[in-house]
Amino acid sequence: MSKKSINKITSTAVPLREENVDTDQIIPARFLKATSREGFGENLFRDWRYNSDGSPKKDFVLNNPTYSGRILVAGKNFGCGSSREHAAWAIKDAGFDVVVSSFFADIFKNNALNNFLLPVTVSEEFLQGLFTTIQKDPKAMITVDLEAQTISNDAAGRTEKFEINNYKKTCLLNGYDDIDYLLSIRSEITTFEKAHT
Amino acid sequence: MAKTLFEKIWDRHVVKTIEGGPSVLYIDKHLIHEVTSPQAFKGIENRGLEVFRPHQIVATADHNVPTIHQELPIKEELSRVQVQKLVENCKRHHIELYGLGHPYQGIVHVIGPELGITQPGMTIVCGDSHTSTHGAFGSIAFGIGTSEVEMVMATQCLMQSKPKLMRINVEGPLGKGVVSKDIILYIIAKISASGATGYFVEYAGSAIRNLSMEARMTICNMSIEMGARGGMIAPDETTFEYVKGREFAPKGAEWDRKLAEWKELYSDKDAKFDLEINIDAAGIEPMITYGTNPGMGVSVGGRIPTSADPKALTYMGLQAGTAIKGKKVDYVFIGSCTNSRIEDLRQVASFVKGKKKADNVEVWVVPGSKQVEQQAIKEGIDKVFEAAGFNLRQPGCSACLAMNEDKIPAGKYCISTSNRNFEGRQGPNARTLLASPLTAAAAAITGEVADIREFI
Repeated sequence: MSKKSINKITSTAVPLREENVDTDQIIPARFLKATSREGFGENLFRDWRYNSDGSPKKDFVLNNPTYSGRILVAGKNFGCGSSREHAAWAIKDAGFDVVVSSFFADIFKNNALNNFLLPVTVSEEFLQGLFTTIQKDPKAMITVDLEAQTISNDAAGRTEKFEINNYKKTCLLNGYDDIDYLLSIRSEITTFEKAHT
Repeated sequence: MAKTLFEKIWDRHVVKTIEGGPSVLYIDKHLIHEVTSPQAFKGIENRGLEVFRPHQIVATADHNVPTIHQELPIKEELSRVQVQKLVENCKRHHIELYGLGHPYQGIVHVIGPELGITQPGMTIVCGDSHTSTHGAFGSIAFGIGTSEVEMVMATQCLMQSKPKLMRINVEGPLGKGVVSKDIILYIIAKISASGATGYFVEYAGSAIRNLSMEARMTICNMSIEMGARGGMIAPDETTFEYVKGREFAPKGAEWDRKLAEWKELYSDKDAKFDLEINIDAAGIEPMITYGTNPGMGVSVGGRIPTSADPKALTYMGLQAGTAIKGKKVDYVFIGSCTNSRIEDLRQVASFVKGKKKADNVEVWVVPGSKQVEQQAIKEGIDKVFEAAGFNLRQPGCSACLAMNEDKIPAGKYCISTSNRNFEGRQGPNARTLLASPLTAAAAAITGEVADIREFI
């Protein structure tokens, strides 16, 4: 997957009001058989999005042409369950660069960050405000500014700061991977090994 | 300064810490399987790298393997290719693989402990959230994503921020028919499916200390189901006794040296936790879930809460305020990294011996590993299951995540000893009720949700 840096994103958003969205919903296990990172987007939320005969479920938000954008807004405890990184790949592959929720599961958050998919944790109140704004006007713009660590619900005139580890922020802004850094200190790792065996 | 068990192990594995950022954590053992590793292998190959420490990696095929006729080629093409890729990748990168047909093959979290690969004081990772299982030995063990699998392959390290620490003390004797699965389902029901997110949990107290290693593994296994990164239990004589003599356990003078180290692995008296929870073991009854996350659980004799999530109940076809006991079930699944060890099979067999399954249920018993399977055969447990009408299958993750052909049909109810009751987890629209092996065994015989205490 081509990775890219993230900075400021202004976009409409797709609202998914569900809470406790687990990674089995994001991408069911039976779609984890591929050996590459690409193509998981088509099975994103597979069983919520499609009937068993493959026809789209009309009432699911991703099938509603009213909503689109690069930001997914979801209920609290998003990404719980399995460690499958395929969940982050599927969301990214489906065209999202940001997921907003009031609470993220740990492993999902790491997986997202490692794929330049920005998880933005907001207060429950701000989250509900976003849902209200999007419901009123699906074309409402949301702005996420990583440098400033802010998310703005422009229509409601609300802006909130969000937390992100400084190291991760630098990685995302500059397009660095953890692995690049770790590779750069392999000699220190070898020294550590010698001292600890 | 007083340290927790977690801190003692963590501090020993920090290569360096980035100011205001994460630490570089050294990983002792890396377990891999067919589903979350192929993209990682591809990643390091694309970078032109070799695997940094291939002898610290152990591989097995478990998630996606059939549980009948493992000697035949895998029928489904994508699954076959995925398992074959693991074989090729391990060969190319000189990684020990206990693949299909190998006497050590099995669920990754079953084989690590039974082979003595899992040891106290280690850092252990695997591209699977139930890696927390290994914490039962007093190790820091947690699940990682595929990008992190790639990092460990490339450098034997991960960038990790130190989690908050929680201790859960379970004190007192357990009631009749109550086993370790009930303890963990009770804890998750109490603190919710996200109640430990951001924490690493240490389980302590007399009720934990009195458990066998298998039972401790069940508890640590489900730590992730309350959001915890991992769970751990301080090693003690029970732990040392279990590890001693196993295939990859230290031997001779090395054993003595390690044992002395391991005996230092406990939380100091004045060690500080960010949160402590105390639980009276006497209040724990046999548990069962009614909803679509593992926190939605009640005692088997209880009623579905009136406050239960309506969407979950609609999916499950259950009503708030009603009793769950007596609910007819269609399938019983005894298996998964939570409850597929020899002790689990023994417990089920001792209850089932001389009984027959109910006509309305299909019962699948999937042992956690080839070694568990062989031991069951040696003890005649296979014959007990056969006589009861149970279907004893071959090792793998099976219907826990229904990635292979072992799927529960849409709308059907399955009492399962696994760890997740998410929508569709055991197959599209399958309905999962999580319970202990004993409660599952009682359901197999009666054909409905039953209270094991009425039968023992």
